[in-house]
Amino acid sequence: MTALRPEIEDFLYAEANLLDEWRLNEWFALFSDDAVYEIPTAGMPDSASAAQSLFYVADDHTRLRERVVRLNDADAHSEQPRSWVRRIYGNVRIETEYDTVIARCTFMAKRAKNRRVDDFFGHIVFRLVRSEASWKIATKRVYLDMDLLHPGKISIIL
Amino acid sequence: MEKLSGMICEDVGAHLFRVARRAFTDPDVLARERDAIFDHCWLYVGHSSEIAANGDYVTRSVGGREIIFNRDRQGQVHTFLNTCPHRGAMVAREPQGNAAGFRCFYHGWSFHSDGRFASKFPEGNYGESHYQGGCANLTQAAQLAEYRGFWFLNFDAGAVDLETYLGDCREILDLVADQGENGMEIVSGNPNYVIHANWKLLAENSIDGYHAHLTHKTYIDYLGNVGNMRVDETFAAGLTTGSDLGSGHAMVEYPAPWGRPVARWVPSFGEGKKAMVEARAAELIARYGEKRGTRMAEWNRNMLIFPNLVVNDIMAITVRTFYPVTPDEMHVSGWALGVVGEDPDLRQLRLFNFLEFLGPGGFATPDDVEALEACQRGYRNQREAGWNDISKGMPREGQSRHDDEAQMRAFWREWDRRVGGAA
Repeated sequence: MTALRPEIEDFLYAEANLLDEWRLNEWFALFSDDAVYEIPTAGMPDSASAAQSLFYVADDHTRLRERVVRLNDADAHSEQPRSWVRRIYGNVRIETEYDTVIARCTFMAKRAKNRRVDDFFGHIVFRLVRSEASWKIATKRVYLDMDLLHPGKISIIL
Repeated sequence: MEKLSGMICEDVGAHLFRVARRAFTDPDVLARERDAIFDHCWLYVGHSSEIAANGDYVTRSVGGREIIFNRDRQGQVHTFLNTCPHRGAMVAREPQGNAAGFRCFYHGWSFHSDGRFASKFPEGNYGESHYQGGCANLTQAAQLAEYRGFWFLNFDAGAVDLETYLGDCREILDLVADQGENGMEIVSGNPNYVIHANWKLLAENSIDGYHAHLTHKTYIDYLGNVGNMRVDETFAAGLTTGSDLGSGHAMVEYPAPWGRPVARWVPSFGEGKKAMVEARAAELIARYGEKRGTRMAEWNRNMLIFPNLVVNDIMAITVRTFYPVTPDEMHVSGWALGVVGEDPDLRQLRLFNFLEFLGPGGFATPDDVEALEACQRGYRNQREAGWNDISKGMPREGQSRHDDEAQMRAFWREWDRRVGGAA
């Protein structure tokens, strides 16, 4: 158990780094086949469901794949030319449930484009499942702790 | 306030319609708009379903004011200016809630849910008139009215009534309101976001059928990739329209290539949901006849109610409003509208479908935001390149198409009538 948190932290930092470096195909490969990637609307409780409430993002595995396809396309105008992105994960805490790890962290992300800097901040809840020697992401849910979306759009993957 | 003329240049003979880029950048134009447009037009406040129970309230910005939209303990609906009559602090600061009344946290002045002053102070502090409907009640907007669950306010007591103002928009709102036998409701979750562009760029963009295939190429690719595209004869025949609904209101209408939760099935919805979606279409046809029922089930409408309410009945229904903060910044609020008592599977499908295109994290809206901001930056060149061209379709005889710009010209003519001082 004592060794688990550093292992999970290494996994999360690698995940963050793939996004920062726009290595989206490698990032998508971290997800399990039934994965879900969600961003509830600001102000939603952690219990909110995309089946009942309007989110910013509610992707199943297919639509997450398509999000990556889209962002790899030069016609995804909001990310052309590519923005600069860098994020920090901190305050990582984990819980284990059978073969699943729930990892929670705080995040801050900066995006630079068009001579402006966008701030995104909040917390993330990952549900990770063991896959052979490593881990797969079954759920990544990003909560923006912001009352107004100042960046105007979530054109990057958070 | 100075009247601003010469911002529009229309030459019917030359098929030319141009708008001065100064209209998007000049602080004097915005000041004139606040006076000539936002102080005199009917402005969307909210939907009945957001304040369904007595005591329910929401707070939001409308026309540059801070507003409380509530249903009092007797069921009467109000729009209060959210400011204490005493020293001005906002008396409600939560985004929504249920309250028997409001109490200013600054000095404690209290108000009933119908806005009447409710505090009792020891004798000698205040005169009788404070307690008798004098100067200590919350102030209400000059006019408040509802059409089919959509509530609007007007800061001009002399403005025409709401139904007259809405005119032909009523028929289009009916096509939305009639989708639910027991009405429609706002779904929880309200994206609020900033766009660094002039508010009129979003008014144009919301009813712009011309940009879709280029700006949103990746969205259209997505539809094809996942099987959420079904093009049939009506679409192929190009039976699309762009319409001037009068008084600056405008609409485009076109058959859907994509799925609609109400009620157009496409393969990506899954075979399991086919019967449910088709039953909804059959129900609409049974209730409203073949023509109107099919129009509700199969066709898309993007409508702009002047100046700044968008009701887009497309791959889902979005209600959207937006206000200028500065000439080059607007705040946008969006909502999803659903059928009251909707099957949970259909509601889930509706919300899933909404997000494939709409909202700050959708596959299309971010590219619209990028386009609007690119226009706003481009207007820095206005001394040398000073005019927008929205002439598309002018030589066409008869009905304009959805990818013409007639509907935008309708908006601009009304804008010019009000801002240019002819109104």
